[in-house]
Parts: sequence; structure tokens; C-alpha cells
Amino acid sequence: MNRYPLWKYILIGITLVVSFLYTLPNFFGEVPAVQVTPVRTTEKVTADLMQRVESALKTAQIAPKGVSMDPRGVKARLADADTQIKAKDALQAALGPGYTVALNLLPASPEWLSSIGALPMYLGLDLRGGVHFLLQVDMPKALEKAAERYQGDLRTVLREKKVRYGGLNREGDKVVIKFRDAAQRDEARKAIEAAYAELTLEDSQSGAEFILSATLKKQAQVKTQESALQQNLLTLRNRVNELGVAEPVIQQQGADRVVVQLPGVQDTAKAKEILGRTATLEIRMVDEERMTNPSDVQAAVSGQVPFGAELYYERDGRPVLVKKNVVLTGEYITDAQPGFDNQSNQAAVHVNLDGRGARIFKNVTRENVGKRMAILLIEKGKTEVVTAPVIREEIGGGRVQITGMDSPQEASDVSLLLRAGALAAPMEIIEERTVGPSLGAENIQTGVNSTLIGFALITVFMVIYYQLFGLISVLALAVNMFLLMALLSMMQATLTLPGIAGIALTLGMAIDANVIIAERIREEIRNGNSPQAAIFAGYDRAWDTILDSNITTLIAGVALFWLGSGPVRGFAVVLCLGILTSMFSAVTVSRAMSNLTYGRAKRLTKVSI
Amino acid sequence: MSLELFHLKRDIPFMRFARSTIFFSVAFIVASIVLLATKGLNLGVDFTGGTVLEIGYPAAANVAGVREHLAKHGYADAQVQNFGAATEVLVRLPVKAGVTSAQLSEKVLVVLRQADAKVQLRRVEFVGPQVGKELFEDGALALVVVSIGIMLYLALRFEWRFAVGAMFATAHDIFIVLGVWSLFQWEFSLTVLAAVLAILGYSVNDTVVVFDRIRENFRKTRSNNVAAIMDNAKTATLSRTVITSGSTLLMVLAMLFFGGEVLHGFALALTIGIVVGTYSSVLVASPITMWLGVSREDFIKVDKTESGAVV
Repeated sequence: MNRYPLWKYILIGITLVVSFLYTLPNFFGEVPAVQVTPVRTTEKVTADLMQRVESALKTAQIAPKGVSMDPRGVKARLADADTQIKAKDALQAALGPGYTVALNLLPASPEWLSSIGALPMYLGLDLRGGVHFLLQVDMPKALEKAAERYQGDLRTVLREKKVRYGGLNREGDKVVIKFRDAAQRDEARKAIEAAYAELTLEDSQSGAEFILSATLKKQAQVKTQESALQQNLLTLRNRVNELGVAEPVIQQQGADRVVVQLPGVQDTAKAKEILGRTATLEIRMVDEERMTNPSDVQAAVSGQVPFGAELYYERDGRPVLVKKNVVLTGEYITDAQPGFDNQSNQAAVHVNLDGRGARIFKNVTRENVGKRMAILLIEKGKTEVVTAPVIREEIGGGRVQITGMDSPQEASDVSLLLRAGALAAPMEIIEERTVGPSLGAENIQTGVNSTLIGFALITVFMVIYYQLFGLISVLALAVNMFLLMALLSMMQATLTLPGIAGIALTLGMAIDANVIIAERIREEIRNGNSPQAAIFAGYDRAWDTILDSNITTLIAGVALFWLGSGPVRGFAVVLCLGILTSMFSAVTVSRAMSNLTYGRAKRLTKVSI
Repeated sequence: MSLELFHLKRDIPFMRFARSTIFFSVAFIVASIVLLATKGLNLGVDFTGGTVLEIGYPAAANVAGVREHLAKHGYADAQVQNFGAATEVLVRLPVKAGVTSAQLSEKVLVVLRQADAKVQLRRVEFVGPQVGKELFEDGALALVVVSIGIMLYLALRFEWRFAVGAMFATAHDIFIVLGVWSLFQWEFSLTVLAAVLAILGYSVNDTVVVFDRIRENFRKTRSNNVAAIMDNAKTATLSRTVITSGSTLLMVLAMLFFGGEVLHGFALALTIGIVVGTYSSVLVASPITMWLGVSREDFIKVDKTESGAVV
């Protein structure tokens, strides 16, 4: 009666082997490495970059322990921390400012483990050190900015339709227009409604003034806020890229918040400075006269930039001489979206300018048909020519189409860049958690130590109290620990210090199932049952109890995961997973072991319990 | 011969003491509520908002000196204390209107470096007042959700009287832990809250094991002596209750003594919770259930309908 069919043993065996394999990477530790990523998120990582990294290391006479490539970048493993820093300097010098070279730690487990996706557990910031920021996007400001743009737009519309008005001002996120009589107001309403369907218009009257106030419709407000958040996320991503952080996390949280996690960053002041920085976009005319003269370009490249012009480089490295005069700045851009050219069906970027921007743009394009116009992105004092298209005709209405894109992908990348130049709305840090690297290492040490000490104490107690069955229980508990670690490694769930505490706690609680079973078996023996029957009944009857008692803890764990944040969430994940693995290990695995021990004995007279 | 702590020939008459155990429990709960109402909880920076800096000094730190130095530079409201080791100092600053966190922690560090250039920033935690409020609300909501969830589960699996009894016992544990936290004015942080929620799950877990046996006894015997049935169930499970609590306690105590300063509050709350929880599962939960009028019929009936449905 106490025998499992063969398939059950095989299943348990497979589970154990798999969980052992996936736990393995956690024991190898980490090796120092450098990680090379392109500064521009739009640039793809290619085998060519890998070759450049390899040859740069060769020139610097550094022998890497391995170079690998993934979609995010190229990673080179190195022998020790000294070579790591040497390699970083060598690579940064060889690759130039277009690439970020960051110090990183990579799992030291053998290649074949990584190739089956067996990775060490993902450590939270409290264990590896680093900065965690929670940023709040100032949404009212985003709406005010939108209203500011509409202010100009509405002025243009009214002027074009020749509607006379007394005053046009912004009050918060509202644009208020004053008129002398109701007829003019109605006319204005008609004009505005035709041009901007996304606005809600409201009439009111104060004294002799007829007032029309325009606000964004709810739907458009939500859209504005969403795109503000997306733009801020993208801007942050670009900036963090420059910080040289190996594995940054930048995520939206809720409707108006952004989480930024920078593992390994210690200089929080610098991180804050860079996150809060503003980037700008400029549109200027290309200095065609001098560009047509190769010697001028040559002179500029060698350092003699002609008067009234500036030298910048296009994204493919070609030099461009641009006039010093700024035509437009990014503030005039309200939106940029990828799309297609109506006539040629080529990929294109559609840029919307606000009222003032549209007027300026119209004048400039009218006067410069056939010439080139450069779109510059200025960030951290570095200026880059994003694109420099030829103006084909006068462009009015503030809708600008930039063609000449290679692919729809490039169009979408460029439109992202255009939007990503600056923050759409200011952000404020509302939560910060910084943990120094030494503290992180100490946290791991103390967490692991206390778990092992607790485990040892339980082992001693169980073996003394329940003898062989105690040993079986402890082995099952060890299996539970492996299963839990394997699951956490597979899921790459974030392990935090409370998470380690969760592992300890679930181990302490998991032994409960075995105690219930052991006590039941003892009781059955006391009641005069044969040892085999007692073992059978012990496992059988204990199952209901174990299930009931675990589900209540599971309810607590799930609620904690749902409502908890940060480190507490890490605890909740471990608690929930631990309950599931403990039910398997304490019941199925320990039963398999007792079956193997006692199940075959024909005449069992004594159970060591 | 195997080792047995509780080899009992006769059932322990737990129920005879029901009145006094419940009296004590109610007295503890009332005392805890009074404490919570008057002294309240010493809410940590997670819930109130504010800034915490953990600073490492090369040698033992002069806490009073640090406090004075900060006060001189305009941080009179800073709380300074040792943290774990003599070389570690924890500086707590309340939320200041007009000063963003980003600036505050750096400014304080600059001031501290004036006094001792070798200080090391080990940890910064800043929580804005809005986030603190949300964390508090979420925590309270989690407590309520967990309680309702467990009540519902027990009412479905057992009977509503058991659910009420279990919840009473668990509320008793939670109130006592919170009461102790209030009495000693220990810092109530997010991790302590996590511990409180874990206690909630753990304590019910313990109670459920006893209830399970009571239910089994109800189905097995013909006796209508509820108190005797409950005494028998508790005696039979006593060994398990004590051993499980003991082994969980071993783990938690290891955490308390070797887990470092950050886990200290977490482990301490669990230690108290496990001890109180063990007491309440044996001595508090079932008297309530009995007084609510649970009887054998409640389970026999269920059995009949169940088997009827199957046939």
C-alpha cells in the first residue's frame, strides 16, 4: 500500500533534477564584466560591434574570458576587477562617445547553464546596492503646457478667419477668449470647432464681455497625459543610457508615476542631476553655400569653422555646416508620429507644430525651397543632426512631414527621438531608496547566514525528535529550498532582503506539514494500527489539514503581493511560491522517500518515528 | 523508543479554563486598543514620509556630537541614533515643505562630512508624504482584504461559527503585537507590516489545524458534549501545535539574532506573533466557536447533503 507507481518516482526525479539545475547558477557567484551598449536606443546591436569590442580588447592586450552578445549590447567577461576597469577605459577610448561602456557583474556559471536559461536569482537593490527612484509626473503642468500650445493655435485660427476678439489668455489648463458681442463669439466658436474637435467650448458672460473658454475634452486630456508620460519615460531611458548603468529599470507605475532603478549607481547626486536635465531640439538651416564648397567643409572639420556657421555631424558621421541662426526650437513641436508619405508611400515622420511655430515654419520654408534644413538634438552640451531633409515646398498649417526615412522602423525611431528630446512635464522624486554596495553584500550575508542557522537548528531538532522520519522531513525541506530557489531563478523574480526572510519563514512553516504527518502516524500506531497502515493513514488524513492551513497563508500572501510595494512584494512572492513548493515537497517528496524506505518491507514491525 | 513531549493518557480539560483564558484575551485586546488609541504607533518613514540616512563612521560614532552638529546647521529636528553597530548612525528627518528630498539627503551629508570627512553613506530612504499615506492605506486595506478572504474561506470549508472563532483569535494576535509595538514605541515600518500580515496567515493556519480535528471528531463520535470533543481534538493536536510553533520559532529566532538590523523588527514581530498565535489557536478560538452554539448536527447535516449529492 505504501508504494508509488514508477512514473511517480520518475516525475519526482525529473522535478528534482530540473530544480537542481536551475538552482545551480546561484552557487557560482559572479564575474566582473564590461557591457557595451549603443547610446542611441535606435541603433541595433550587430556582430560587427562584437568584433570591434574583441579587437579593441586585443589591442589593449586584455584577454577576456568570453564575449557575448544580446539585443541590448555586447558583454565581455574579465578575470578580475582591475582588468575590468582597464577594459572599460580601453573600450571607451576605442569605441568613442557613441557607445556606453558600463561595469557589470555577470553570473559565473558555465555557458551551458546560461544556454538553457538557468540564471541566478535576480537580486533587488537592497541586496546588490543601487538607487531606486519613484518619480511623480506633474500632470496639471502637462495640461497647462498643452493649453499654452492651444493658445497660439487659437490665435492663428481666429486671425485666419478674421474673427475679432478682445483678449486671449490662458488660465490654468483653460484658454479664455473675450469678445465684445455674442455674434463674434458664435463665429469664433464655429471656427474653432471646425479646426479643433478635441476642445470643449463653453460660453459665459461677465459684465459687458462675452467669454468663450476652451478646455481639452476628457479623452484628449487622458491622451495628452499618456503621451506626456510616454515621452518622459523615453527621455529618461535615453538619459540613463548615458549614465552607463548596466541593467537599468525604467517603468511606468500607475497613471502618472515612473520607477527608475539604477543598480550599482552610488553617485546619487549625479543621477538626480541627469534625470532632471532638460534636452532641447532645434531646427536650423543648413549653410548650403559653404556645404557646396568642399574646401570649406574640409577646413571646418580640421577646426576652422567659417563665421556664422557651426559644424555638426549627422548620425552616419557626415559633417554638416549649419547656420547659427535658430529657426525653431523643440518647444514648438506638439507631437511627432511615424506614418507614410501620401504620394510616394515612403515612410515618414509627421510633426505637428503649434500656432507660432507653424507661422515661422511657413515663412522659412517659403523662402528656402530647395534648400536643406537640419533638425538638431542638443543634450548635455552635445549636438547631433538627427536629419537634414530638403525643403520641397512651402509648408503651412504647422504639419511638417519629414521623408527620406529608410524604413517604417526608422520613422518611428526618429519620431520617438523628436518627442523624446525634452521632458513633456516636470517630474518630482517622491520616493528614494539608496543602498550602498557594501551594505547590499552584508544584507545577503546576514540573510543567508540566519537562514542556514535556522535550517541547522530545525535539522537537529527534527532528527532527534522524529529520528529517521525526521531525517526524511529535513531532506524534504532541503528539496523545498531547492525548488523555491529554482522557481525564483526561473521566474527571475526580484529577490529582496524581506524575500530572503520569506524563504526562512516558509522553511520554518513548511516543516509543519511533516510534523502533522508524523504526529498522525504516531497516533495511528498508538491506536494499534500496523506500521504500514499507520504510514498510509498518516499521509492520507494529514492532506486535508495541510491544504486548509496552507490556503489561509496563501490568501495573506496574495493580498500582500497585490497591495505591497518594493521589498514587501518580494516577501509576498517568496511566501506564495514557498507555500506551493512546500505542499509538493512535504507531501509528495517525503512520501516517496518513506515509501522507498518502508514500502517494500513485507513485515514491517517498527517505524523509526 | 521515540521521543515524545506530550504523551497524554487523558485529555487536558482546556475548556474548563475557557472563561479565564477568554477573559485574559479580552483584557489584552482592550489594553492594546487603549494603547493604540492613546500612544498610537510610532510610524516609520515608510508611512509618515521623511528621510532616513544610514551613515557609516570609520570608528565608533559620537551620537550626541552628530546630533549637536546637525542642530547647529539647521537640522534641529533630526533624530540621531545608533543602528546595529557603534559605527553606524541612523539620521531621521521629517518632511520639510519646500525642500525636495533630492536636496535634503545631500545637504545633510555635506554637513556631516564637515564634521568627519570619512563618513560613508550606506543607505538613504526618502518617502514623500503622499507615498507614505498611500503605503499606509494600502497596508490597512491589505489587512482588511486578508481578514475577509480568510473568513470567507473558513466559512465555506467549515462553518461560520468557526470562521468567527478563528478571526477572533487572529484579531487577538494582531492587536497584541500592535499593542506591544505601541507600548514600547518601536518603529512600525513596512517590513513590520509584512510580518503582521504573515502572522495573520500563520495564526489562522494554526487554528485551522485544531478546527480540522474538531470537525473530524464531530463526525466520528456520537457524543454531544462539545467541550469534551474540543478538548480531545486540542489534546491530540497539542504536540503538533507546539512542535510546529517551536520549529518556526527556531527559524525566526535565528533571523532575530543573526539577521541583522534591517530584519530585526520583522523577526521580533513574528516571534511575538507566533507565541501569541499558538496560545490563541488552542485557548481562544474554540471557546468562541462553542459559545456561538456550534454542534454536531452542523457537520452531520453537511455530510448527508454531500453524500446525497454524490448518490
